[in-house]
Amino acid sequence: MAVGSRTATVTLPTDEQILITREFDAPRHLVFRAWTEPDLVRRWWHAKRGEVTVCEIDLRVGGAYRYAMVARDGFEVAFHGRFREIVPDERMVSTEVYEGVPDGVSEEDATTVNTATFDEEDGRTRLTLLIEAANRTSRDAIVASGMEDGLQDALDLAEEVARSLG
Amino acid sequence: MARAATTADAFNAVAEPRRREILDLLAGGERPVNELVRALGVAQPQVSKHLRVLREVGAVDVRIDGRRRVYRLNGRALKPIHDWVAAYERTWSERFDELDVVLDDLRRKEDGDGSG
Repeated sequence: MAVGSRTATVTLPTDEQILITREFDAPRHLVFRAWTEPDLVRRWWHAKRGEVTVCEIDLRVGGAYRYAMVARDGFEVAFHGRFREIVPDERMVSTEVYEGVPDGVSEEDATTVNTATFDEEDGRTRLTLLIEAANRTSRDAIVASGMEDGLQDALDLAEEVARSLG
Repeated sequence: MARAATTADAFNAVAEPRRREILDLLAGGERPVNELVRALGVAQPQVSKHLRVLREVGAVDVRIDGRRRVYRLNGRALKPIHDWVAAYERTWSERFDELDVVLDDLRRKEDGDGSG
């Protein structure tokens, strides 16, 4: 199993933040395309967990986007938001709202501000994705959402953890 | 400034890059403070500060050996923390693995355009 720069790294720099980094073996204008063109996003956003059913992207400042996916167990997840800042090939700031939040959770609490930065060196691109939640409770809920399909592979995970520490 | 040693706090403690480095070093076996200082190339007070944070959340244990303080990793305390974030990390890793496939495709097409 590949462990190294091609593995996504997740850290929690502050109580409200999640920081995801990953290197890609491609120049950043291609990573940016794959990140922003609906036909391309459809091909990777599912993370092998189901099928992307909606992928609409109005790529301009103030423009809206919406992604939805039906997981293999029939569970539907959807996100929407708006673009706040777009620097082609370099940087993108957008809001993101998870549509499955329980009643009683305000829109504000369910919204994150996501900043994607694409840095190119020697034809490779380092993606840095900073997710900023309204507060720590919301941030922790986002991280914990990964547990849903993670539990079944607990042993694999423990092994990966051990390897990441070694 | 003392905070409850909740799982999330422990994860924050572990997420700090320098503290991750300390845990990496301790993953290879217990070490006295001066060895950690040498390996990290950081001033002792900084290292001690990080070790204190790690100890507060149970990520490392310390024992006194003569005049030395020897630190070791507390794997049992770390496991739930890592499980918690590892599943999230895994989702992104799999998503990015798919993105790699898309990028390979785009690169090939671009190369094709260039030569044709």
